[in-house]
Amino acid sequence: MASSTASMLVMDEREIERAIERIAQGIIARPGAEPLALVGLLSQGDIIARRIVEKVKMLGGAAEYGAIDISLYRDDIFKLEKRPSLRSSNLPFSTDDMRVVLVDDVLYTGRTIRAALNALFDYGRPARIELACLVDRGGREVPIQPDYVGHVLDHAGAKIVVNLKEADGIDQVVIVEE
Amino acid sequence: MTPRKDLLNISSLTDEEIHTLLESAGPMKELFTKSVKKVPALKGKSVLTLFYEPSTRTRSSFELAAERLSADVTNFTVSTSSVVKGESVQDTIATLQSMKVDYVIVRHHNSGLPNVIARHTTASVVNAGDGAHAHPSQALLDSFTIKEVFPDVRGRRVLIVGDILHSRVARSTSILMKRLGMEVAYLGPGSLVPRTEHSGIPRFSDFNEAFNWKPDVVYLLRVQKERQDAPFFPSAREYHKIYGVTEERLKRISDEGLYIMHPGPVNRGVEICDLAMDYERCLINQQVENGIACRMSILYHLTPQTQH
Repeated sequence: MASSTASMLVMDEREIERAIERIAQGIIARPGAEPLALVGLLSQGDIIARRIVEKVKMLGGAAEYGAIDISLYRDDIFKLEKRPSLRSSNLPFSTDDMRVVLVDDVLYTGRTIRAALNALFDYGRPARIELACLVDRGGREVPIQPDYVGHVLDHAGAKIVVNLKEADGIDQVVIVEE
Repeated sequence: MTPRKDLLNISSLTDEEIHTLLESAGPMKELFTKSVKKVPALKGKSVLTLFYEPSTRTRSSFELAAERLSADVTNFTVSTSSVVKGESVQDTIATLQSMKVDYVIVRHHNSGLPNVIARHTTASVVNAGDGAHAHPSQALLDSFTIKEVFPDVRGRRVLIVGDILHSRVARSTSILMKRLGMEVAYLGPGSLVPRTEHSGIPRFSDFNEAFNWKPDVVYLLRVQKERQDAPFFPSAREYHKIYGVTEERLKRISDEGLYIMHPGPVNRGVEICDLAMDYERCLINQQVENGIACRMSILYHLTPQTQH
């Protein structure tokens, strides 16, 4: 959301588009015989995953699309004021023996990805799991690193806001100084 | 909004809370199709079921709900013959406090007992049925089940059949249905249907009249065996003939595309004939499955004060 507080544009529509294209190319370039699935984390990661699937297809590849809600796997639900609201996951295929690329908008502490890995294993047994994110902002609290990154930022303390057309009507990544 | 500790009845819930509880039950239900049906949301939490009245279904439903959220579950078995006096309730509360459980699921024949326990423990208390007062988790699963077949429930008509007066199910479920914009009517023996002039709920004593009201759902209440000896209560055979879904009535229900619901366990041949149990719009089994999902949603959204 366009904020009234000081904000700095990090990525505009074109840069987001190019980042997604680069991620898609990177995914295709990696050798591997297993069928591919892009699985986004709700909400926002799912939108990016869908766009990556489109790009992979444009580049001549094939990929399944899925989305998972990891709220029930978070390690902080009782530290929050109230429980996170739940959304419907959408994983209409078996992930067994697949190459699954998890997709999120911003990679920060890594705890969300830790939760997503656990969630994913409860659906089946993928051959391998990789990680793609639009923005890596550092600040990791667990040993998790992305395989594909759209943009690297180092802004400790700042708030990173990712807006996507499908949800917010505009494509942009901004830093909001708090 | 301060986080809610207990679920004691439907009336105390805000519209937003009702919406949240029902909305979360959908994603909870989706978990049942995964290879691992369990999620770690309540890992490390403990749930105690405290049932002073026998109930296999509600208790196992809560147990499964708690287990699928990875909570530890303990049964606190209370002898059904023991008369619970004020003193021993105090003792039970003290015991609960000492056990440091996070959630207590209570069923008791005294209306309001869960409220007393809730006031004196830091654990979240869920009322699983108290006397003829309330049974909020049943109400939630009933409305959730209706929402599955009618995504927009507003204006849908539910005919509740049986001993309305002594039924906490009827009470809780009709309160919630009305809150959600459904219309409710009662059908039962005159002496067992409360006066409803103030609530605007139509009362019927004849099934055909009730059919003419054009219900979408026929909700059958369980005939309590212990009530069958009570005065004014018809025998099982008479009950079936007058208020039961007979094969003849099933034909009309089927022709008009109505749904059948029942909180379980059913008395075949009393509330419902065998044939109706296999009727395609009979939602009784969905109610059981949805019961687990709704109870997971309840446990997930309550906030015990046992730790922070």
